[in-house]
Amino acid sequence: MELLSFLQTEVFPALFKGFKVSLLLIVPSAVLGLCVGIVVGTARVYGNRTLSALANAFVTLFRGVPLVVQLFFWYFGLPYVGIYLSPVAASILGFSLCSGAYHSEYIRGALLSIKTGQMLAAQALGFSKMQMIVSVILPQAMRRALPGCGNEIIYLIKYSSLAYMITCIEMTGEAKVLASHSFRYTEVFLAVGACYLLIVSVASWVLQRVEDRFRIPGFEHRKV
Amino acid sequence: MHESIATVISALPYMLEGALVTIVVVLGAMLFGLALGVPLAVGQVYGGRVLKRLIGFYVWFFRGVPLLVLLFLFYFGFCNLVGLNLSAFAVAIIVLGLISSAYQSQIFRGAILSLPAGQFNAARALGMSDSRTILSIILPQALRLSIPGWSNEYSIVLKDSAVTFALGVAEIMARTHFVASRTYQHLPLYLAAGLIYLALTYFGIKGLRILEQKVRIHGYVR
Amino acid sequence: MCGNIPQKVGKMILSAENIKKSYGGREILKGISLSIAKGELKVLIGPSGAGKSTLLQCLNFLVMPDEGDVWLEGKKVNHAKKRDLYAFRQQVGMIFQDFNLFDHLSALENVKIGLVRVRGMDKKAATERAMAELERVGLSNHADHYPAQLSGGQKQRVSIARALAMDPKVMLLDEPTSALDPELIGEVLAVVRDLVANGMTMIMATHQIGFSRAMADEIIFMENGLIVEQGPPLKILSNADCERTREFCSRVTDLYGEAERA
Repeated sequence: MELLSFLQTEVFPALFKGFKVSLLLIVPSAVLGLCVGIVVGTARVYGNRTLSALANAFVTLFRGVPLVVQLFFWYFGLPYVGIYLSPVAASILGFSLCSGAYHSEYIRGALLSIKTGQMLAAQALGFSKMQMIVSVILPQAMRRALPGCGNEIIYLIKYSSLAYMITCIEMTGEAKVLASHSFRYTEVFLAVGACYLLIVSVASWVLQRVEDRFRIPGFEHRKV
Repeated sequence: MHESIATVISALPYMLEGALVTIVVVLGAMLFGLALGVPLAVGQVYGGRVLKRLIGFYVWFFRGVPLLVLLFLFYFGFCNLVGLNLSAFAVAIIVLGLISSAYQSQIFRGAILSLPAGQFNAARALGMSDSRTILSIILPQALRLSIPGWSNEYSIVLKDSAVTFALGVAEIMARTHFVASRTYQHLPLYLAAGLIYLALTYFGIKGLRILEQKVRIHGYVR
Repeated sequence: MCGNIPQKVGKMILSAENIKKSYGGREILKGISLSIAKGELKVLIGPSGAGKSTLLQCLNFLVMPDEGDVWLEGKKVNHAKKRDLYAFRQQVGMIFQDFNLFDHLSALENVKIGLVRVRGMDKKAATERAMAELERVGLSNHADHYPAQLSGGQKQRVSIARALAMDPKVMLLDEPTSALDPELIGEVLAVVRDLVANGMTMIMATHQIGFSRAMADEIIFMENGLIVEQGPPLKILSNADCERTREFCSRVTDLYGEAERA
């Protein structure tokens, strides 16, 4: 009984407050990350030698260095050259670039999986390069990249908790604060863990629906 | 510029000692994850309905909850609750290992499922028991097939190990931050830390590739 | 080279002069000239590696020729200018050996997409037109099927409908039946036969000798990037001037002669 009232009066309000901040981190980072991924992935496949080398270096760097190091770099490192970012801004920047690097892997693979015949057919019909990209390449590539990119967004949701380490008080941060005040670590962290499980499960469900919505018979499962 | 290079150079031995801690944490977690992950995978493929459900829940839990939350839950929560006085270092290995076991179990599961059913039938035809078949026939093949997935898992655990800094484990990140907050040379120091991680990733994956070649069976193509 | 007739560019729908193409130092096309008048069907035959496919792809600049020019209705195609190139390709239909239907679009959408995206037709009119073309190739009841749900023969018929919808002045067919199982070849050839009857101008690479004998106005025999000989089917197939042509024709008739009637 006492536990229930503790959850009701203290844990849930705090987590809800933190949840709003988490959402503020996750949604822009997911969108920006996907944009970064599309630009970098495209550059890796279709860019000239310099551009694709740069894009590859970007991916190696941002996939190889731990996200915590990247976040610390943006938040504590940039002031060294006179740029001061708020914790939220530094987190969104760090998340977007890091998940963009991962997205670009899936997008690159998807672009490479498109057979040249598809492009020949579009050219033979008189498509311009732009029309070909918009009507043929992107619709096919995005479908193939969707499962991987969806997974990456799930990772982003979980890794958004790291924003707490650069003093951005989101859901994990609120939980930490409450737990150290009330000394009820187990209950509070189990509750926040359950919240993440819920969010991740809902997000996977939504992503699965999106995949189903765009599924084309015999398209995704054909290995090229 | 000069000053920052000097700082990095003088901090480097201290940071590299942290790399040693990182390596121990990562190897410990990977081995712990392996020891748990193999039985989990076997249970999930060959177990009964209840066991499959339980393992499914375990995997879902450890793949769904953020690492940082699990670290706090175990270090501040469970350990106090049961009166266990574990060091941050031990908790780091245990938690990273539990999470890794969930992911590794899925790598092994995929590998086991990719083996042709004929392997099991042939072993049974020889009179082997099911457990003997799994130990002598299935796992030796499945573990070899898992090495590429393992090298991926290694680079993930390596990067995740930086989060254990939140508990105060004296690994690379913690030491870097410690030096940085005293010298105010954050930018060059984090760059240096990033490079150390890149190097660890590179050499680890190289090592696993050598292992893959060593245990390769001639003409075995999957 | 024997029996090569000089071409007149003026009255022709499509003409090509001295097309050359090399890949990595290997000359695939060593200077090919040909032209086709309205309503004609010209068939390209020759061993694989002769350059038939490359020639067809050079004709609408899917492969950029190193040298040579192409005329459409007496106007030289300025392929360096993108707008002209795209406009030219709209007037030249192309059928590929492996169909190249857009895998993410249904049969109807495959036929429609060129009309909507390239010709800027409104969607309703495009749907009507596309349905009419599918009807023409006998697939109106498969309009909602995706490529993966169609047989090879059906895919090729959709791809013909897709090309026809653009009102091409000439069509290039690159071995349209060679990726098909023997029992599916007939349905595609029937569609092509129908096109001939309706006066479509076509250049077709094929190994279907019987079909060529019956339908072609002229057969062009290519080997090693050159036109060896060209002329009316009867002459080329049974009384060719060049030894190489005779050899090839007798071999191909033996190999492929039977599958025709399917």
